[in-house]
Amino acid sequence: MQFEVIFEPATLKLFGQGILVSLKLLFISVTIGAVLSIPMAIMRVSRNKWLSTPVWLYTYVMRGTPMLIQVYLIYYGVAQLEFVQSNWDTVPLLMPFKDALFCCVLAFTLNTCAYTTEMLAGAIRDTNHGEIEAARAMGMSRRQLMWRIVLPSALRRTLPAYSNEVIMMLHGTSLASTVPALMDITGAARSVYSDFYLPFEAFITAGAIYLVLTFTLVWGFKLAERRWLAYLQPRKA
Amino acid sequence: MSIKLQVEDLHKSYGSHEVLKGVSLTAHGGDVISIIGSSGSGKSTFLRCINMLERPHAGRITVAGEEMKLVTAKDGMFKAADERQLQMMRAKLAMVFQHFNLWAHMTVLQNIIEAPVNVLGVSRTEAVERARKYLDKVGLKNVEDKYPAHMSGGQQQRVAIARALAVEPEVMLFDEPTSALDPELVGEVLRVMKSLAEEGRTMVVVTHEMAFAREVSNHVIFLHQGRIEEQGNPKEVLVNPTSERLKQFLSGSLK
Repeated sequence: MQFEVIFEPATLKLFGQGILVSLKLLFISVTIGAVLSIPMAIMRVSRNKWLSTPVWLYTYVMRGTPMLIQVYLIYYGVAQLEFVQSNWDTVPLLMPFKDALFCCVLAFTLNTCAYTTEMLAGAIRDTNHGEIEAARAMGMSRRQLMWRIVLPSALRRTLPAYSNEVIMMLHGTSLASTVPALMDITGAARSVYSDFYLPFEAFITAGAIYLVLTFTLVWGFKLAERRWLAYLQPRKA
Repeated sequence: MSIKLQVEDLHKSYGSHEVLKGVSLTAHGGDVISIIGSSGSGKSTFLRCINMLERPHAGRITVAGEEMKLVTAKDGMFKAADERQLQMMRAKLAMVFQHFNLWAHMTVLQNIIEAPVNVLGVSRTEAVERARKYLDKVGLKNVEDKYPAHMSGGQQQRVAIARALAVEPEVMLFDEPTSALDPELVGEVLRVMKSLAEEGRTMVVVTHEMAFAREVSNHVIFLHQGRIEEQGNPKEVLVNPTSERLKQFLSGSLK
């Protein structure tokens, strides 16, 4: 083992930048995905077929295909289309496709949003019917019922499953390394591996970094659960 | 005394099965009306139709002089013609449920101030003041920051009563408020209800507690198969029932 290579300033810098890229990918896609999942989950549980069916189809397709395929379809597919490339300097909507990071974020966001939508929709459906009746009986409108009772309760109950989703997404960001222009944690490891031919040292380092990040996330979610799911925890003496 | 609640000729069916065949009720201010009957008699359905948690097929509902605007929907049942009016009327008919139905993710205080603040537009400060007053009334101390799941059933039901009181309703509807409680917790809830009756609140109570019906209410309605079989002063009706059905029912339930 030659771990001294890992601790050379150039390699450390490479991994450091990789961590920033991975966290940036994760943070942006998870944030946008979570925000979008709220209206989507409300549509998903709607009795109106015109609202629920498109969301159902979207989550069905996104959850039914690997995220790597989704990254490829956007980066090597959409972004390489003749039509897109010849117009992306002039059409504002196509401009972001020039950026590899944007392509990855788009794929990741679409993916995590689909999973989060289904989780949240499930929690909304599972809301205690008695609590809904109480809200109606107290004179709440449908909007108040959703925003004051159902969503605050469903979002809390989604938290444990959602922490897994975020961790899966952190690991999923390693797919960004398949995009040549991006150097995330896995990408950095691959570069170290090919420069020095040190597969174990490079990938063990990457694995250790993911491990530390994962445990940080787990710890963060534990704190969040203690705060927002206190009502489900055993009574303190 | 003015009429607080008037329900006229209420009909309700599930499919071809008619569960309410024209039930009427009049509650004057300060009346405590107990509705009794065996399961399946339609007593809970009747109560839940009054605030439109169940949609009746026909009838009229008037709360404190204001008639609920109802129209027949495509499915043959009533729906509110004016959602806003229904919401305001529901707040005048606060309900207490068998299973308490407190909002589990909110603390006791949040549960109680929720409707006053968000439905009635009362200021937060005033709502908190009200909440404390009514918590005191139902005999609960140091529970403001507790979550419902961390309390006993009897305490939860008393919080639910405080929550209903906090919207300062014209009429309180109780749907078997003690049926889900352990026997030793029933007393504390009934005592609170008795004290509310004594201070002149108008209450409609669906109950299996014959002692409550007899001692606290001033009017009792016996429902059987969707009809009022017998009604009147509980001291007479429950002591000397005239109908066979009520005699049967009382011999089965009254010990």
